[in-house]
Amino acid sequence: MKFSIQVNEGPYTHQASDTAYNFTRAALEGGHEIYRVFFYHDGVNNGTRMTTPPQDDRNIVNRWSELSKEYDLDLVLCVAAAQRRGIVDEDEAKRHGKSGDNVAEGFRISGLGQLIDAGINSDRLISFGD
Amino acid sequence: MAMLHTVNKSPFEINSLERCLQMAKSGSSVLLIEDGVYGALDGTVFSAKVKAADGLTTYVLGPDLKTRGLDPAKLIEGIEIIDYDGFVQLVADHDRIQTWL
Repeated sequence: MKFSIQVNEGPYTHQASDTAYNFTRAALEGGHEIYRVFFYHDGVNNGTRMTTPPQDDRNIVNRWSELSKEYDLDLVLCVAAAQRRGIVDEDEAKRHGKSGDNVAEGFRISGLGQLIDAGINSDRLISFGD
Repeated sequence: MAMLHTVNKSPFEINSLERCLQMAKSGSSVLLIEDGVYGALDGTVFSAKVKAADGLTTYVLGPDLKTRGLDPAKLIEGIEIIDYDGFVQLVADHDRIQTWL
């Protein structure tokens, strides 16, 4: 079955981004397809590679990047939510005259249309957040 | 097919579980996750409301119970404990998912 996931909460906030990750991994290991993971609102904070948790803590951002690599996942950050929170890719940084970009490996920045598309093209859309 | 409702906050913190129980149609399922698992405990001021929800099947995410040190023996009778594979299966078995935030 084809699932899409919406993540509305940042990492290390409550538990939603952990739950979303565990659910996504379980679905993939169960043989399901993940059409897209869409990060919205504070959820976009899951996609900055500047995240540096203490060494004895899980690295939520790297965990998403690694899962993306393993399963060729489409991880999408909402562009408007990302810009508000200072998360930019190379193109956006150039366009807005910022000195650097910070999107983590495996993530891409795109628009809200990608969430609508995910809703249309997936059998199930499930959201996690606060 | 029926709807799956997920609730991720404690009923002692916010009224999302209460609203869910009021709105969910008979034949639907409710899955308690994260701090929502506190709603599965028996003997609380809230448990009567969960027991009174007629026609709903209630599940609770086992790993989240364990994380909080909650004893499965103290759950309201009839609530089924599932793991993440069970969560995925529930999502597949219901045609719509309502996340109560």
